[in-house]
Amino acid sequence: MTSFYGVCLPSAFMLGTSQYPSPAILAEAFRKSAASVATVSVRREAAGAHAGEGFWSLVRDLGVLVLPNTAGCYSASEAITTAKMARELFETDWIKLEVIGHSDSLQPDPFGLVDAAAKLCRDGFKVFPYTTEDLVLADRLLDVGCEVLMPWGSPIGTGLGLLNPYGLRSLRAHYPDVPMVIDAGIGLPSQATQAMEMGFDAILLNTAVAKAGDPVLMATAFSRAIEAGKLARDADPMEPRDMAMPSTPVIGKAFLQ
Amino acid sequence: MTIPQITIVGSGVAGLCLATELAERGANLNIIDRHGRPAEHGCSWWAGGMLAPFCEGEVAEEPVVRLGQEAANWWQRHNVDIKQNGSLVLALSRDGRELDKFARRTRQHEWIDADKLAVLEPDLAGRSQRGLFFSSEAHLSPRDALGCLVDELKSRNITIGIGDGLDFSYNARNVSSEKSINRIDCRGLSAADALKDLRGVKGEMLVIRSTDINLSRPVRLLHPRIPIYLVPRGDGVFMLGATQIESKNGHFASVRSVLELLSAAYALHPAFGEAEILEIGVDARPAFPDNLPRIRRCGDTLYVNGLFRHGFLLAPSLARMSADYIFSKKIPEVMDENLN
Repeated sequence: MTSFYGVCLPSAFMLGTSQYPSPAILAEAFRKSAASVATVSVRREAAGAHAGEGFWSLVRDLGVLVLPNTAGCYSASEAITTAKMARELFETDWIKLEVIGHSDSLQPDPFGLVDAAAKLCRDGFKVFPYTTEDLVLADRLLDVGCEVLMPWGSPIGTGLGLLNPYGLRSLRAHYPDVPMVIDAGIGLPSQATQAMEMGFDAILLNTAVAKAGDPVLMATAFSRAIEAGKLARDADPMEPRDMAMPSTPVIGKAFLQ
Repeated sequence: MTIPQITIVGSGVAGLCLATELAERGANLNIIDRHGRPAEHGCSWWAGGMLAPFCEGEVAEEPVVRLGQEAANWWQRHNVDIKQNGSLVLALSRDGRELDKFARRTRQHEWIDADKLAVLEPDLAGRSQRGLFFSSEAHLSPRDALGCLVDELKSRNITIGIGDGLDFSYNARNVSSEKSINRIDCRGLSAADALKDLRGVKGEMLVIRSTDINLSRPVRLLHPRIPIYLVPRGDGVFMLGATQIESKNGHFASVRSVLELLSAAYALHPAFGEAEILEIGVDARPAFPDNLPRIRRCGDTLYVNGLFRHGFLLAPSLARMSADYIFSKKIPEVMDENLN
């Protein structure tokens, strides 16, 4: 079982807590998902006077590990401020670090990301950086102290799945021992299965469940899909080949003259 | 039966609808409110006033759609000016699939094309190639509607006293449920001191005036990140809403929220770029974990709360159910056990 900063998670499913029809549906989706981590965004205006407490206490009551995130931050300093607030609010040094560089595609800002990750790691945070499949960027993030990487499948909220399987496979192969979570862009359970089959250690998603017509049913579907991908990977799949090979032996088969 | 003697605390939409319903059925009423009138301190003041149960059904659960269908008639019966022009749901061309999803998850609508849009809302002609028209929906002006109920109550010699209701003598725990209800708490989020599972959901809105655009009905613009609605108030005035943020902070609207709401309005029609900003409003809506309303009894007090973003849509049915409970002990479907 992969360990994330020394913590072994009972399932490879990390689920976001935004955009559900209601907190009650969110809680039920979590029960059905068997997710082991809940990500929650910390808005600074809500954190100020603990104004978001009503919702955050519902998240704490889910009974899973909380991974606060810095969603919506467009600069390293904004992200660092938010991370510090999150540490206080949720009493955790885990932080999912998002530094957004482009408002339309929500693509990470690689420079701000490395800058913020370096400062947060020095400050004792356990950083889960939301990154692209870029190898050089991955290298820099590991250099500054990140022990987990969270490459995107495709841009946040698009549901387009794994847009660059080659890049992701290559990232996985270059750092076989770094725990990696596919974060963002997953729209369908089959895409989550594909990522797990490729050897990623966990899947983080939110919109695909929260915005489904029936979030609880979709959470169940993702739970099984992620488990299926993990089992398949552990089972050491066959290698694909071009030549057909009968699954029933030909020798000894009865034939008519 | 003896005539119920009841004090209602709070003069937002829940309190006033309930007062109206109970007064009609012959109860003796007192109403008290922090400011002695519906005003800026309550989230009803900042509401959109859409009576759109079918549109809300995109996300809201079944009771909202069903109970919300009572609203338009109730308001009309109480001499509130209701506009029954339906509602329109549009999306910018790149978000067309949001419309398909909205259509799948709602009912009582028809697809319209660009020509029909031009007929329904001439000022939006050409802004969208297709849309959804919910012909049976309605809208009202919340502040006028509250004023109308205040006047109707006044004509029955019921006025609103000033007070927070906290000094009212009652003992929730030691009063047997056999005793009749003598206090109804409709304080919205302020009642979170007694209702521990109540939370605040912040909403920000603007009131703008445009001399260039005229709309006959509420228009919702779907957007994956910033869905907005515009509700016409007449005389070129529009309510533009609304954000939905998990926060009980009702004190300030953020620059980002206002920026997003205004950009979306501008995207719907560039003429809104020239509109005058009349008000920027904000408050926190009271909501329970399932975002459905509750009628909850605690000793001799009845709490009517958790109307979330559906104040004007659901207050009439909650008033009816609460009155049925008080006058004929009929248990409301939204009544839950005492959780405190």
